[in-house]
Amino acid sequence: MSVLGDAVVYLNDPLNWTRTNGLLDRLIEHVTISGVATGAAALIALPIAIWFGHTGRGGGFTVALSNVSRAVPTLALLTVFAVTPIGFGNKATTIALALFAIPPILTNTYVGFREVDRDILEAAGAMGMSPLQIITRVELPLAVPAIMTGLRTAAVQVVATATLAALVGGGGLGVPINLAFGQQNEGLLLAGAFLVAVLALLTEAVLVLLARLVTPGPSRRLPRRLQLRTETI
Amino acid sequence: MALLASSAATVLAVDAPNPWFSPSYIQGNADTILAALREHIFLTVVAVVIGAVIALPLAVLARRSKTVSAAILGSSTIIYTIPSLAMFAFLAPFTKLTIKTVIVGLVLYSLVILVRNFLAGLQGVPAEVREAALGMGYGPARMLLLVEIPMALPTFFAGLRIATVSTVALATVGVIVGFGGLGNLLISGFNNNFFRAQIATAAVLCVLLALAFDLLLALSARLLTPWSRGRS
Repeated sequence: MSVLGDAVVYLNDPLNWTRTNGLLDRLIEHVTISGVATGAAALIALPIAIWFGHTGRGGGFTVALSNVSRAVPTLALLTVFAVTPIGFGNKATTIALALFAIPPILTNTYVGFREVDRDILEAAGAMGMSPLQIITRVELPLAVPAIMTGLRTAAVQVVATATLAALVGGGGLGVPINLAFGQQNEGLLLAGAFLVAVLALLTEAVLVLLARLVTPGPSRRLPRRLQLRTETI
Repeated sequence: MALLASSAATVLAVDAPNPWFSPSYIQGNADTILAALREHIFLTVVAVVIGAVIALPLAVLARRSKTVSAAILGSSTIIYTIPSLAMFAFLAPFTKLTIKTVIVGLVLYSLVILVRNFLAGLQGVPAEVREAALGMGYGPARMLLLVEIPMALPTFFAGLRIATVSTVALATVGVIVGFGGLGNLLISGFNNNFFRAQIATAAVLCVLLALAFDLLLALSARLLTPWSRGRS
């Protein structure tokens, strides 16, 4: 039977999904790890980026962090974390992934805030808005597209990197792929790759839709900047 | 005093030293480290060069028609979103557990970065310059080779730098088929009782290699585009 056929058969066997540590367990594990990591990264990075962006401080730090994080292979950091007291397993993977997700959120939010037209800010100040009002009513709404780009970049990167955790004793959908490589099981290999790819593409699509939903009306009509993720996966 | 000394010795015996940096590891394994580094450099250079050779005609083609450029940009987003481990897993049944699997995967990733930057570079050539060249009797081929490509070089090099740095990082994942360059050292260090010296050496070399490539490309860009100096 063909490799493709093997993959289809594997994916269509309910037992492969429902048994303990089957695909469903791995999928839930993968989504949970990725969701918690991205959420934690957003909780840490957004306030800092908003503060940096509002005050104009920390620009050099933000740029340096995003450049350095690009040069560090995620697999290398994941392996290094695994041999520190953080260790490996799902909790450690989540912490490592949250750290990876901080630079894209930080950079994009910072840039989004800095790109707000200075004249608008001056007008808002002249109208008597307090700094907090300027942040929440002027800068934040205008920076939403950039913030969402940062979140999307981070989320897709986290979903992708989570598969690598399987190489250093972690869980998630990388486990069946890693297993398939070890067993030379090409059907399982394709099935696992298909699931991971679909999950990554779905993450991207859902966040593009979410960005459109949360972007205030007029900004939606602005040409969407063609921006390629440059972080490594 | 004796009690203190003996308890220290027990701690050492239970918790064998596992230093992050060990000169003796580097000295004793210089051949292995150099071989991994060579493989890493080979993977990166081959992937980026092949990617660039394919990306240039694609970018020229994409500039001609909106449909082609939409198709190329759309599929490049999809390719870039597929995680590297899944990409190698997709390729492995066809290219088997050879270095080809890693190279084809890395070429695809570098290709999608390069095609976007090459296209942006070509589109960034000012219309007046193109018109002036046309007025001077330049045909399409001479226009591309002597006017457009030189003018787009800074953007091309920006793309090459991003593609090279991310290829250095992605190549580590090639360890899944046994050809990951420094990635092989990372994972074998992990599987070998969490051998910190080996993991740290490989991780630091990865970063240094990325920085070295980046510097080399930045310097080449400076040398090749003397007119753009001073405007960064």
